[in-house]
Amino acid sequence: MASYNLDVYMPVLILMALACITVFGALFIGMFLRPSNPTELKQTPYECGEEPIGSAWSNFNVRFYVVALIFIIFDVESALMFPVASVFKKFVDLGMGGAVLGSFLLFIGILAGGIVYCWKKGDLDWVRSYQVSETVKKED
Amino acid sequence: MNSVVSYFSQTEGYQAIVKTLSELLGFDATSLVAFIVFGAVVTIVVTVLATIGGLGTYAERKISADLQMRQGPNRVGPFGILQFLADGVKMILKEDIVPRQADRFLFNISPLLCLLGVFASLAVVPFSSGFTLVNLNVGIIYLLGVASIVGIGIFLGGYSSNSKWSMLGGMRGASQIISYEIPVTLSILAAVVIVGGLSFGAATEAQGGLPHQWLIFHNPFTFIAFFVLFIGSLAEANRAPFDLPEAESELVSGYHTEFTGMKFAFFALAEYIEVFVLCGVASALFLGGYKVPFDLGTGAIFSEKLGLHPMLAKNIGQLLQLGAFFTKALLLYYVVIWIRWTLPRLRVDHLMVLCWKYLTPIALFNLVGVAVWMYAFDGQSFFALIAKMGAAAGGHH
Repeated sequence: MASYNLDVYMPVLILMALACITVFGALFIGMFLRPSNPTELKQTPYECGEEPIGSAWSNFNVRFYVVALIFIIFDVESALMFPVASVFKKFVDLGMGGAVLGSFLLFIGILAGGIVYCWKKGDLDWVRSYQVSETVKKED
Repeated sequence: MNSVVSYFSQTEGYQAIVKTLSELLGFDATSLVAFIVFGAVVTIVVTVLATIGGLGTYAERKISADLQMRQGPNRVGPFGILQFLADGVKMILKEDIVPRQADRFLFNISPLLCLLGVFASLAVVPFSSGFTLVNLNVGIIYLLGVASIVGIGIFLGGYSSNSKWSMLGGMRGASQIISYEIPVTLSILAAVVIVGGLSFGAATEAQGGLPHQWLIFHNPFTFIAFFVLFIGSLAEANRAPFDLPEAESELVSGYHTEFTGMKFAFFALAEYIEVFVLCGVASALFLGGYKVPFDLGTGAIFSEKLGLHPMLAKNIGQLLQLGAFFTKALLLYYVVIWIRWTLPRLRVDHLMVLCWKYLTPIALFNLVGVAVWMYAFDGQSFFALIAKMGAAAGGHH
């Protein structure tokens, strides 16, 4: 760990550059090969032959937003667990595994608590059915 | 921190070239030579992987034909094996149509984002102990990070088209990919706990060549973790039964409905390479990766028993390791295709229930199990414990 050579990140940059070259190169070469005669009808969004009504950029189901929120929480927590997980073995070898195990289990416990809370609240159900059940009760 | 450059730099010729160039140019040429070697090797890796991706489309059609008792493509080249090249030529000759109301900039870069994420993830795939592009010490986190760029590409592809089918596909794709990242990450964490490192090299070196030394058979929890990881990987790569973002029977073609020609081809290519990368990662973490039985991979045995030159013996060992890695990864690839043509597609609410109510709790439970196992048995594997117990029982008699 004395010296850290940033040369090791070179292939990452080369790979990303290569991806750009591949995509734009193929599209550029294709420019000379492919036909280009756009028409009004050809450039409408595909809706199985119907004329599209309005834009697709409209309000969207809020479920997707909730899923993204739950994901953020879990992803950050699991990202925070990586350092603990990677030193766990060393501490076990040193005979101090208990302390790390305790903190690890505490962390997993918080995650598990989070998922139980979401589950109880009904955020994990794709189709929330509480409104339906309330109306059914009123009819009874 | 070893990489393909550090493998080559063991030879005398490499050092001589660096020395000559340094004297010739008047500055330290180590980085320059490393850049050239990296450039050459990256080109080779990308070419090989693009061919595997192309052949993947061919294999997909051929295996599906096999499972359905059809012929499959058989016109272009022997057994139709050049079909993917013919498809490529066709794609590049197709007109590039951009919908009038689309967001042109995002529309053009979304295939690039998909390919960028997949190519960047190739940097840490451990093909063999020497022929890993670079064995980053944060390899596993790096891979999880760059693999998410693919999800952004898919969502932007669906969003920028301004078509209702694409929008639905893109939204589904985004929610599916981020949801399944949780069980995948937690399963990988289980492997990290046992290995005690974040690099793919360390993960593979912690295992052995024979199946009982693999991480999947380390203890009962890792056995389950492998399957959670595999199912999650299928969903992350949008493979059936989780191909809802492009469900052709409900969403026409999902997020790439509006894409034509090469742009569509890059989405397909990115998907097939990503499947290979995920299979490779699963085999590196749980199935022993490039490890060859009886330590043949180090090549030491060849120079000792056969009297070969040490570097030649090492190279033979590397070839064996490459063979082991590609065999495991391609077998998993076959299973992925096999699953696609066997299982029906999930419904979107079932998909979310499977992820959040089954896989995530199972993965959390596995993580607890693995951590407790590590603490209770000092990190020994199931088979090691049995062997120990057998020895102890034998000692009493």
